[in-house]
Amino acid sequence: MRLDEVTRRDFPVLGRVVNGHPLAYLDSAASSQKPRAVIDAMSQYYERSHANVHRSIHTLGEEATELYEGARDHVQRFIGAGSREEVVFTRGTTDGLNLLADALCASLAPGDEVLITEMEHHSNIIPWQIAARRRGLALRAVPIAERGLLDLEALDRLLTERTRVVAFTHVSNVLGTINPVASICARARRVGAVTVVDGAQAAPHLGLAMSALQCDFYVFSPHKMLGPTGIGVLWGRRERLAALEPTRGGGEMIKEVWLDRAEWNDLPWRFEPGTPPIAEAVGLTAAVEYLEKIGMDRVGEHERALSRQTLEALAALPGVRVFGPPAAVERGAVVAFTVDGLHPHDVAALLDAEGIAVRAGHHCAMPLMRRLGVVGTSRASFSVFNAPDEVDRLVRAVADLRSVL
Amino acid sequence: MIATRGPYSDVIRERWRRPRFRRPLAGPSLVAEDVNPLCGDRVRIMLRLDDGRVAEAGFVGDSCAICTASADVLAELVTGRLAAEARAVETADVLSVLQADIRPTRMRCVTLPLSVLAKALNGGVA
Ligand SMILES: Cc1ncc(COP(=O)(O)O)c(C=O)c1O
Repeated sequence: MRLDEVTRRDFPVLGRVVNGHPLAYLDSAASSQKPRAVIDAMSQYYERSHANVHRSIHTLGEEATELYEGARDHVQRFIGAGSREEVVFTRGTTDGLNLLADALCASLAPGDEVLITEMEHHSNIIPWQIAARRRGLALRAVPIAERGLLDLEALDRLLTERTRVVAFTHVSNVLGTINPVASICARARRVGAVTVVDGAQAAPHLGLAMSALQCDFYVFSPHKMLGPTGIGVLWGRRERLAALEPTRGGGEMIKEVWLDRAEWNDLPWRFEPGTPPIAEAVGLTAAVEYLEKIGMDRVGEHERALSRQTLEALAALPGVRVFGPPAAVERGAVVAFTVDGLHPHDVAALLDAEGIAVRAGHHCAMPLMRRLGVVGTSRASFSVFNAPDEVDRLVRAVADLRSVL
Repeated sequence: MIATRGPYSDVIRERWRRPRFRRPLAGPSLVAEDVNPLCGDRVRIMLRLDDGRVAEAGFVGDSCAICTASADVLAELVTGRLAAEARAVETADVLSVLQADIRPTRMRCVTLPLSVLAKALNGGVA
């Protein structure tokens, strides 16, 4: 059986009719839909076990703590992390990248360099811009070469002994490019730079093993992988995390406090001030269990097949331009495209009239849009519940668009 | 074949395909430009004033069909009017010409040209 035939009934929202058509949800790269297991786990937690974590000496508090810390163990296994101390819960990818930009750049000196790439999401650009302005750092970007791949020769030229941080995306949310993380990290290590990887589009799609990736930090958002909004994961190599000075203070991140100083808590709590997203951690556990039951190999295979089908069918339509590496190259689960003579927002609105949900606009990647010479694109993206006939519907609707507007 | 057109009325389709005021003006008296941060749409409006009246209006930019149609209708509505009258043109006036069912998420597409016009009339420099 095809994967969607197994999974579809697990997603309550897929029963919806939108504008008179069954919903075809092709926007999981922005945020995926949730299986019943995730929704139930969260409401059960609220109905039975909710309390604050860590400090409560009562039954519900202990249950909540166990569930929250249990999520950490699940994530550790899911991403192949060396230890649970390396798994920090944040509020999302954006939050994790801001935390890292603050903390990593705090110890840098004017003239030091941070290297990003032309294909970054704004959340992996702006935090570095802010930190660079504050500390007088230089911010540089690796350009894109042919076929939507990073220009690795340019990377080598841009890496100097002044480069302190290299921050880049694992999978592009527009091009679908899968960047060679281990190879980029090896090059960065040669000049002594710390590596930060934005895994927002990779974690939902690829089986991850932190040890194989060879990076120092890795961040992602569970809401893009069937889990809830409001929680994020920041993985840090143990010695790197231990060397990082916290930049956010509050309860829970300390061991002992005096009026003028404090002793930080152990890892990972040192980076988790305040009441954490507890119900969201419970939902995250359910999402990880759901994905693990399918197996990430099968998840990736299914989504890649849908991407390939979309890419080939859209590229064959007159007046349609697709972006990123060709179908033969391994890609993520997104396909961005433009239709000649149509604005991406109109494309999305017309598809919505057919019950098809796609993303349109700059995808929080304005520098990349400028590089591609477009105001924006429309983007279809896929998850475990999408079916080939949804791709057929998309392609048929896109083929008709120019006659409509 | 796509049956439902959502917000795309005949007026919007016509104005998108054949806008009447989409052109730069040579030597405009007032110019303003703005971007819709949600979608990155950009509209630049140019006005030539003559004796306090909008003698000519034009716009350029990268924008969707709704925004383009709104700018085109707006340029038509203000042409020949006193600056004070042009300033009084409201979203409702544009909407009544567009004859479309615009949802809240796309309302900014309609209002962007209006805010650019206000900026121009408030002294946007050429
Ligand atoms: C590549 C990439 N990075 C970062 C983000 C930001 O994620 P979030 O909004 O969950 O913080 C996204 C999602 O929009 C993304 O696709």
